[in-house]
Parts: sequence; structure tokens; C-alpha cells
Amino acid sequence: MSQFTINLLFVGASFALYFGIAIWARAGSTKEFYVAGGGVHPVMNGMATAADWMSAASFISMAGLIAAGGYANSTFLMGWTGGYVLLAMLLAPYLRKFGKFTVPDFIGDRFYSRTARLVAVACLIAASVTYVIGQMTGAGVAFSRFLEVDKDTGLIIAAVVVFFYAVLGGMKGITYTQVAQYCVLIVAYTIPAVFISLQLTDTFIPAIGLFSEHTQSGMPLLQKLDEVVRELGFRDYTADVDNKLNMVLFTLSLMIGTAGLPHVIIRFFTVPKVADARWSAGWALVFIALLYLTAPAVASMARLNLMTTIYPDGPTENSIAYDERPDWIQTWEQTGLIQYEDKNGDGRIQFYNDTPAFAEEATARGWAGNELNVNRDILVLANPEIANLPSWVIGLIAAGGLAAALSTAAGLLLAISSAISHDLIKGSINPDITEKGELLAARVSMFFAIIIATYLGMNPPGFAAQVVALAFGIAAASIFPALMMGIFSKRVNSKGAVLGMLAGLGSTLVYIFTYLGWFFIPDTNTLANTPDNWLFGVSPLSFGAIGAVINFAVAFLVSSMTEDVPEEIQELVESVRYPKGAGGAVDH
Amino acid sequence: MSDHTQNQENYWKANVRLIFGCLIVWALVSYGFGILLRPMLSGIEVGGTDLGFWFAQQGSIISFIVLVFFYAWRMNSLDKEFGLEE
Repeated sequence: MSQFTINLLFVGASFALYFGIAIWARAGSTKEFYVAGGGVHPVMNGMATAADWMSAASFISMAGLIAAGGYANSTFLMGWTGGYVLLAMLLAPYLRKFGKFTVPDFIGDRFYSRTARLVAVACLIAASVTYVIGQMTGAGVAFSRFLEVDKDTGLIIAAVVVFFYAVLGGMKGITYTQVAQYCVLIVAYTIPAVFISLQLTDTFIPAIGLFSEHTQSGMPLLQKLDEVVRELGFRDYTADVDNKLNMVLFTLSLMIGTAGLPHVIIRFFTVPKVADARWSAGWALVFIALLYLTAPAVASMARLNLMTTIYPDGPTENSIAYDERPDWIQTWEQTGLIQYEDKNGDGRIQFYNDTPAFAEEATARGWAGNELNVNRDILVLANPEIANLPSWVIGLIAAGGLAAALSTAAGLLLAISSAISHDLIKGSINPDITEKGELLAARVSMFFAIIIATYLGMNPPGFAAQVVALAFGIAAASIFPALMMGIFSKRVNSKGAVLGMLAGLGSTLVYIFTYLGWFFIPDTNTLANTPDNWLFGVSPLSFGAIGAVINFAVAFLVSSMTEDVPEEIQELVESVRYPKGAGGAVDH
Repeated sequence: MSDHTQNQENYWKANVRLIFGCLIVWALVSYGFGILLRPMLSGIEVGGTDLGFWFAQQGSIISFIVLVFFYAWRMNSLDKEFGLEE
């Protein structure tokens, strides 16, 4: 059987499963559509949250980022898991007790203001739309590689699949589909990692293999990797970083942003009780950690495998001849994600860090520049091929990558559609809408959200990496602080909350746009995006944490100068703090 | 809630104290051991590198899981202790 047929089989089978679940779990009421009826088991919800959270970025890109950056990119590992600690202790149980459907529901009620609700809706839509673009693009890339169609066709297939089960099933369909998608993606991620760990270190568990002996050389794996990359002019893999302030702030921004992303928060509205919301956050983290503890092992092992493929006799000896390159390099060359140019005409592949510091040694070895460009994103997808694993593993990776992208896209689309149908239409424009009308509005707005996301996925505004930073920046600087103050302070009033959100959001946007271009239009940035220009060495990607601090500060300052919070709102704050008396997510 | 009592206030204070303690550990394992204190821990070797590297790529995540489950367990029993459970 050809690789193509196998891929088709795996992807087709997984899709058939998702469709089956969607038909079985059709949503009949708004409550089922928004919060799956509020009856999802905490372990099940944890699994769905993990699939919801782990996107194409986690599945495909993260290991590549760590492989390229080494220790410095541990920020992603800590940042994208540490947020769940904040979520579990500062937000999830209280929002579950509050018991309504959406994040703007809480902000609007707690700050007794339609303006606060609308600002929250705007922040939510901005964060979710920017985030969903990356998911659609990721799904398009995965389809085009594995089903051998062009990227746009891949995207349309992805859109049709999501449309089918998200529009039909709402949160109920999405939840059960996500549980299936989690199983597919974690198996797909772990199996190649276990094989590679066994090959390199004789250790069954990748996370332990990472700190074990490299069988071939008898050295610890990480020391071996440090040595190999050093010989080729790269930074040591485990080297410490100089700008620790920025590393701390970047990690903090990712953590706060994670806790503030609406599609993750609304997952905790689906469990039956407050106690379940607490457990569920723990289960979500366990399921996420299964991938996140494996990712750094995949990263270092794939980097070492790549290096030893190019330099089979060691980095100080001759590299591999282009004509003898392995099949997987040829396959990926066809996609343009690996590029080779024989600069010194010796027919061999020279792969090294082409910097002035290494120039002397490169010249001495007769090298005329780095000859191989490897796109970071292919690392996980190419991993089974690099390690010569059987072709069914490659089919599994295809299904896994698509599961990761589709599950997150569905979660985001639900958050967007509920913000439009519930918060905008029912909350502001037409409060008298019937249940049936609202359900229809939810489905129609999801349909349009998918069209827009697909269009933006086909014509990405050319700032894929910045987009994620923007989504996290918005979530960290606006949504998280407003929710936290709403629960932990009885003093913050509507003026404080609105101005706080606007100040946090505004300062973050200005800082990001200053360095990355106004509204991301190329060449409109006020200052060059280099560490010398950054305020106190803080990169635009790390500013979300500072935006959050500004939000808190402005909110408290303004509240202390303006009126007290009304009595009934103080009682509302009291009531979310105590689990007693919580009903299901209430219809209203 | 109009029947706001001393009991509820104590419950909330206990919750805030618990959160505070957990967040200190949260910051220590990630920002502390994983980033800022890494040079100080460089003497402790773990599998070819140092303890700080291990915390940054493994230890912090494992600690987060323990923290969230500890908090859930502790709070759910506090709910019962104060008679405020659902």
C-alpha cells in the first residue's frame, strides 16, 4: 500500500469517528449548544480541554521551536502549562459557580455595565479570531502535505469538517469530538517519540531518555548534543540566557494569556459542580503534560538525529553527499520546506551556523556558507521518517496533526459564535429573542465565523507568528485581569474595570505595533524590532504581562476615586466565592 | 448574599491563604528554579545538564500538576469543613 493510501485511511477513519460523534451528540437547546448541558464528567472535560488547548502550535511547532532555541525556548513549556495553575485557583471554580454561558456574561453582570460587556466581547472576538487563523493555516498545511492536495483545497476540507460537527453539535458535539481527538493526537505524538527514545537512549519513556545516556557515544544525550552543535558554531543547546527579565516576562505573558483565553475558560462551564471545575483543571493539565513532557525530548532527539544525518561521521568530518541524502529530505524538498544550495560546489551538504564568529573555521574547512535550510515546523511531521519508522506511524501523525488543529479551531469558533449570538444579539440587540431563535443565531454566526477564518487562513495577513503574540497579549492584558478583579475585589467598579481593560489593551497594542508594524502592515513600525530598542529589554511578545499590571493598576486607581460598588453586586461577588447554592449553568 | 457570616469570611480567608501558598511554589519552580536561580543550581547535575534545565523542561510542569490537584483536594475538603459545599 502506498504512503498516500495509508494517510488517507488514517485521516478518513478519524473523520468518520468525529462525524459519528457529532450526529450522536446533536445539540437541541442553547444550554447544550453553549455548555454541553452542564453535565460533562470532569475527567472527560479535562481531556476535551487538553484537545481544545493543544493546537497546531503545540503539536506541530513547539518541538521545532525548542529544538532550535534549546533551553531559551523552555518558556513555551512553562508558559503554556503554568497558566492552568492560575486558571484552577483564580478563575475556573468561581466562574462555574456564577453559572452562566460566556465570559462577557460575567464581566457584564459583575461590572453592571453594558460597556464593560461590549469591551469584553470585542477583546474576546479579537483574541479568538487572530488565534483561529493560525489553526486554519495549520490544518491547511497538514492536509496539503499528507493528502497531496494544494493548501487551499486542504483548508476548505478542514472548514467543511469543522462546520459539520461544530455547527450541528455545538459545545456538546465539540466536547465529545475533542475527547476522541485528544486520544488520536496523543497517541500520534507519543508513538514516534517512544521509538526514537529507544533508538537513541534505550529508554522507553522519552522524558527520561532526554536525561539518559546516548547509547552510541556513551555520553549523556544533552552533552552529546551540546558538543555537536558547538562544533558547528551554534549556541550550546543547554546554554543559559542573558536577558532573564525578558524570559520571565515572556513566560508570565504566556501563563496569564493562557488563563485568559475565552475558549479555554468556557470549558469549565460545562462540568456539573464547582468541585468538578477544580478537579477538571487538574485533569486538563495531566493530559496536556503528557504531550508537554514529551515535547522537549522530541526536540533534542530530533535535533541530534538531524545533525547526525547530515554529519554521519561526526561534525568535524565530511558531511553527507547530496546524492546520498535520505528519502525524507527529498520528500520535504518537494514541499519547499527544506532547501539545499551547493554554495561551494563540493556536492556535499554543509549545515552550520553561518555567523561572523564561525567564519574563520568555515573558510578553513572550505565552506562557502550554510547550504541547508530546514523549516522548523516540519520537525514533528518528519520525525517518523527521520527515524525510519513504518509508514503507518506517518499516517498516524497526519491524523494527529489534523486533530490538534481542528479541535482548537472548533473550540475557538464556538467561543466566537456564543459571543455574537448570546452577548451581542441576546445581551444587547434583541433581549426578547426566543430560545429557538438564539440557537439559530448561534449556528448562523458560527457559519460566518468559519467563512471568515477560512478566508483569512487562505490569505494570511503575513504575520502568523505575531498573531499568536497578539492573541495572548489581548487575553493577558484585558480578559484575565478583569475576571480576576471581578472575583477577588469588591471595590473595583464599572468605570475602573472598563478603563483598566482599555488601558491594558491599549498599551499592549501600542507596544506590539511600535515594533512589529501598525496593524501589522509591513514597514510601518516606528522602531526597529531589535533588543537594543526594546524598553528595558522587554520584547513586544513579552509585553502582555506588563499590560496586565497596567490594567490592574488603572482599575484600582479609578475605582478608588469613584463610587462604591452597589450592594447587590457585592452580594453577587460574595455568591461566586462560595460553592453552596450553585445550580447548573442557568438559562436566562 | 444577605446571610453573610463570619463562617463565610473565614472560608474565603482560608482560600486566599491557600492560593497564596500555592502561587509561591508555582513561582519558585518556574521563575525561580527554572529561570532566575538556574546559575545557583548549576552545581547539581541531572543527566548531562543541571537541575535548572530539568526544572525548566520537566520539573515545573510536574509541580504544576501536583499543585492543582493539591488545591482541588484541599478546597473540596474546606468546602465540607465550612459546610459550604454544593
